[in-house]
Amino acid sequence: MVGASLAGLSAARSLRKQGYDGRLVVIGDEPHRPYDRPPLSKEFLAGTLGEADLALESDDEDLRAEWLLGARAVALQVDGAERVLLLDDGREVRADGVVLATGAVARNLPGTDGLAGVHTLRTLDDARALRDELALGGRLVVIGGGFIGAEVASTAYALGLDVTVIEAAPTPLAGPLGETMGGIVSALHEAHGVRLLCGAGVKGLSGEDRVDAVLLEDGRTVPADIVVVGVGARPCVDWLEGSGVELDNGVKCGADGRTSVAGVVAVGDCANWYDPRAGSHRRVEHWTGARERPDAAVAALLSWGAAEPGVPRPPYFWSDQYGVKIQFAGHAAGADSVTVEEGAPGDRSFLAVYRCGGQPVAVLAMDQPRLFMRWRKQLAATPS
Amino acid sequence: MIPACLLVDLPRGEAYRLDIDPPVSVFHTDDGEVFAIDDTCTHQDASLADGWLEGCEVECPLHASKFDLRTGAVDAPPAKRPVRTHEVLVQDGMIYVVPSTDAPNLPPCVASRLAGGPA
Repeated sequence: MVGASLAGLSAARSLRKQGYDGRLVVIGDEPHRPYDRPPLSKEFLAGTLGEADLALESDDEDLRAEWLLGARAVALQVDGAERVLLLDDGREVRADGVVLATGAVARNLPGTDGLAGVHTLRTLDDARALRDELALGGRLVVIGGGFIGAEVASTAYALGLDVTVIEAAPTPLAGPLGETMGGIVSALHEAHGVRLLCGAGVKGLSGEDRVDAVLLEDGRTVPADIVVVGVGARPCVDWLEGSGVELDNGVKCGADGRTSVAGVVAVGDCANWYDPRAGSHRRVEHWTGARERPDAAVAALLSWGAAEPGVPRPPYFWSDQYGVKIQFAGHAAGADSVTVEEGAPGDRSFLAVYRCGGQPVAVLAMDQPRLFMRWRKQLAATPS
Repeated sequence: MIPACLLVDLPRGEAYRLDIDPPVSVFHTDDGEVFAIDDTCTHQDASLADGWLEGCEVECPLHASKFDLRTGAVDAPPAKRPVRTHEVLVQDGMIYVVPSTDAPNLPPCVASRLAGGPA
């Protein structure tokens, strides 16, 4: 297992559940045992959850695994029937099968290294650092109106900070939710007195040792004590260059997680799986994908293709912002219409269905968990 | 022993939420078995009656934790604590729940609310 977060842990669990009884090595570049990342931008950042609450393993769980934590895999080689992983500390791990679960790393703005007060949020260490700074209060500027940015803004607002969100696109969340719904969801910011500047490209940051402002391309200056850069993530696959594993927006995989190299599967944020429902490859950075797909990938690894891959459920994610539960399932990109089926966006309690040629392809809800589940099941039952 | 609902009124694959404190949900599986567990997910405040029922497992509608209806055990994270189970009886077509005397495993926000503290 290369990667010790949710996808790697889930793969280790799937291996044991599916009867694999041999040696199991989990390599993780962070020093921590597997922890849950979604609370890092919410309850952990707000201080209502502690580090112990983030643990993904239960106290009595024993996967009989060897954990190599704080070690980064730097190369994968094929040596006859064996796959060889080289680690940054010079160690070598030989394996019959490899699960790639290296995840993704937060993108940063160029030229911000070494400037205090500038944060990205991906890891527990990132979250600790940001939490400590937010506790001091002041003016927070969030660059990027995506889900991480929006959740950080929401948490910081609740902590009493003065918050501004800067988004380069005309509408935040237009990629995952489409223009109309992206606009509706991101309207939560201004409804709570958080400034939202859209269509605002960032030219750079100013400050000597510590950031003091964000400079926009249109000449405006936004004063800042703390800056969070939430401009997406890129898959951690550079180390696989030259390994023979085909890369294309992450590790290119079949519908069961198999890569171009026998005995190697990929799961989680680093994996670009073929999605039979969408008819194309999709690299999905959702928690639920990282938990569910290892089952299929491990079955494929143990049988190498003898197992028939099932059709996965439509991708699902949730977000909590300003006390509102936002849930989404499916793919918005293929939709030609979106209609509100229940409630009203203005009440922040509604459900909207995305359709393509009359067929539902995605569903979005705010504070409608029961109805959302009905639609999510219906979406899963719709033939691809 | 608390009457829940008539068996004929609870189709297979559906759940019925009993509004007692804390709430309990009765599940009728696709195989025709009936189970009762605490309705509230042990991870965060969500109603498991609104969850995804598959076999003898229910998946939380919010964060996808999975619980085994037979034992209450956690089958998938982020929940870590089992959900409390209750005995079920079916007599003359009526489903009855025999509430467990064990302590429930409620999520922190709900537990503090029940204890009269701040939510």
